[in-house]
Amino acid sequence: MDMNQYLTMFIDESNDHLQSLNENMLQLESNPDDIGIVQIIFRSAHTLKGMAATMGYEDLASLTHQMENVLDLVRNEKLKMQDYIFDTLFKSLDALESMVQDITEGGDGKSDVSSIVASLQSIVRGEGAPSSEGAADGASPAVSIKGIELDEFQYSVLDQSISEGHQVLYIQVTLREDCQLKAVRAYMVFEALERSGEIVKTYPDVQEIEQGEFDRVFSLYYITQRETEDIDNQIKSISEIETTSVVALDHESLQQMVQESAATAEVVKSNDSAATPAPVSPSETTANTNPVKESKASAPRNTGGGNPSRTIRVDIERLDVLMNLFSELLIDRVRLEQLASESNNQELTDTVEHMSRVSSDLQNIVLKLRMVPVDTVFNRFPRMVRDLAKTLDKKIDLIITGAETELDRTVIDEIGDPLVHLLRNSADHGVEPIADRIAAGKPETGTVHLRAFHSGNNVFIEIEDDGRGIYREKILKNAIAKGVVTEAEGASMTDDEVNQLLFAPGFSTAEKISDVSGRGVGLDVVKSKIVALGGNVTIYSTPGKGTNFSVQLPLTLSIIAAMLIQMGSEKYAIPLSSIVETGIIKRGQIKHVHGSRMVQFRESLIPIVSLSRFFDVPDFDEEAEEETEIVVIRKGDRLAALTIDDFIGQSEIVIKNLGKYLPAIQGISGATILGDGQVALIIDANAFIK
Amino acid sequence: MGEEIKVIVFKLGEEEYGIEVEKVQTIERMMPITRVPKTFAFVKGVINLRGVVIPVINLRGRFGLDEIDATDQTRIIIVAVNEMQVGFIVDSASDVIDLNTDNIESPPEVVGGIKAKYLRGVAKVGEERLLVMLNLSEVLNKSEIIQLEGLEE
Repeated sequence: MDMNQYLTMFIDESNDHLQSLNENMLQLESNPDDIGIVQIIFRSAHTLKGMAATMGYEDLASLTHQMENVLDLVRNEKLKMQDYIFDTLFKSLDALESMVQDITEGGDGKSDVSSIVASLQSIVRGEGAPSSEGAADGASPAVSIKGIELDEFQYSVLDQSISEGHQVLYIQVTLREDCQLKAVRAYMVFEALERSGEIVKTYPDVQEIEQGEFDRVFSLYYITQRETEDIDNQIKSISEIETTSVVALDHESLQQMVQESAATAEVVKSNDSAATPAPVSPSETTANTNPVKESKASAPRNTGGGNPSRTIRVDIERLDVLMNLFSELLIDRVRLEQLASESNNQELTDTVEHMSRVSSDLQNIVLKLRMVPVDTVFNRFPRMVRDLAKTLDKKIDLIITGAETELDRTVIDEIGDPLVHLLRNSADHGVEPIADRIAAGKPETGTVHLRAFHSGNNVFIEIEDDGRGIYREKILKNAIAKGVVTEAEGASMTDDEVNQLLFAPGFSTAEKISDVSGRGVGLDVVKSKIVALGGNVTIYSTPGKGTNFSVQLPLTLSIIAAMLIQMGSEKYAIPLSSIVETGIIKRGQIKHVHGSRMVQFRESLIPIVSLSRFFDVPDFDEEAEEETEIVVIRKGDRLAALTIDDFIGQSEIVIKNLGKYLPAIQGISGATILGDGQVALIIDANAFIK
Repeated sequence: MGEEIKVIVFKLGEEEYGIEVEKVQTIERMMPITRVPKTFAFVKGVINLRGVVIPVINLRGRFGLDEIDATDQTRIIIVAVNEMQVGFIVDSASDVIDLNTDNIESPPEVVGGIKAKYLRGVAKVGEERLLVMLNLSEVLNKSEIIQLEGLEE
């Protein structure tokens, strides 16, 4: 069989399973007695093993196999989860991850896992005799299922069918032990049956079967016109099926069957709860070796049928092409709008207006397609923080909120590393060692909050710890020692400015360099990366109470809403996200403070920046005007007023870069093409506020 | 034996210059240029070339020659070198000729006021015609420009 076509599917699903393994292991660690979680972990590992074996990745399969052995003991309560077991299992997960990574990059997924395997085996030996069924299949397949529980409706359907002279069959199919593609075989059985009748109810339910989440046996009620024997033969003709039992039912036997199953229902109760997902308490599952499906399904998207969220995976490059094409369209749209308004043709105007509406809907969708929940970055952090805490011998809780917040894919791709850095920083420099925390009267477990949320045209990601906070003196001392600032400069700096020193190149506050953070490449890299994405970082800190790194990111990098302005014969665009307000001031309102020009805005005085001076605009100077239009812009919580010539209006613009030849230009962040085909420069408001 | 190359011929003043044809993307008539502030004086701004924003420099200015007003002969030659796209404003672009690389001789110190490092050589075409071949990567070398600007200040 050619495996290549399954390879991407294998990689995707393996990653899904590894992720869910990691998540559930973490849950289990905080809740070690919850056998329900062990069941989920076991099943993920089991599926992973099956997939790996099918694809011929033996090391992967043998490692998962050993993990299963350990987990099997745990879920049968023959082994208590302990720290060193967690560590070994986590180590195994790391090994699995790197193997899958290797396969992703085209390798053969081979890796020396013997030491991990050995330690897993020693756990199995050391803590009790390996159970007889602890091996390959995990759960014993020989569970006899006495009928399937039916609800009233299904019962009446079957009952009525019998009355109407249809054949009602109870079919139980057992797959061969070495069957690798259980889901596929089961599906083939279903398809064969559905050709000549109707399946009323299956056990386990169809979704679980299609996802391969059953041991070798499944059973179903079936209504048909055909003979029992025909059906039996038809099923047997499918390969890899060990046995089938097809029983024709009449009124009595049906009733009997249902009663029997009701009697076993107490035992099977937790299975039943699978249909209406509910958390499973450990006591219910002990007598029961059948997989328990919990609400948090581990295999979210591998089959089409009946799955609530229907998704397809699309090559990212195609989305980029779509985006580029759409940008072209948008430029033409603006041009068309302009032509239509000049031509005074009502029909043309109507059509163009309609087109504009359609294209703004299209724009929303295209932009949404590129949006990815930050969870795709966040999901590896719980594990990372756990490991960090272990290494640093601290206790740290990571609390994630807003993981569903969406960001443009380009931002997501870039934001991972800076966040890792900030989290490491919080864990290492922020949260104190346990002894210090107790001495300071804090709970010994430190808390790090990782929050994401929308605000206006921005997404904020905050990393807040309840650690020791930032001490001004310490930073200044360090900065002066490192030559980042002079003593005189330091004395006149505000607390904010002092905090910003953390981002200065070549600055590291940790007294001793640990392998976690503080390796010289410091927060300055974080800052420059975030700034390159059009974002910003702010630090809020209370000494002794904790520190908050707030990362502000633009929602999208490609299309933004902007205010177009006129400067003499030139046109510029100012992103709406940085505009607070627009207005007109009179010459007399301008005040001179310490040689700089200020204007009263709301309750405060804000500086005035002359755009015409800043950009040396040749044919406009506001000095000649009695009244001047201003745009109040914002950077963080600081404001400034830009004096301009005139407003043109608001417009959606497509951001283009100025080409590689031009160096970075102060005050300009890019260019856009206007409706008339002219290029307008986009003003970078941050450059005007120091 | 050298190889045969095709060369685009353009003029700055009376002097004729050449750029290999494969480095030239297109030749455009003069079009509206958006001024870009706070950059080198010879950078005239950016143009919209079929949806792509491309910086345009005045080649006269780049070589320290006097800049002249655009005429209807003025052309913008769009070149692509080292993944950079740049437009050159030239007095006129007239011709494509075949040239044998053997006919390119190393340049004298200064040709028509242009430093030798910007030149690949001088080619003799026919009896009387001299063609100055440009060294594009040197012309577009930014670090050199920055040094140059630094000296002027």
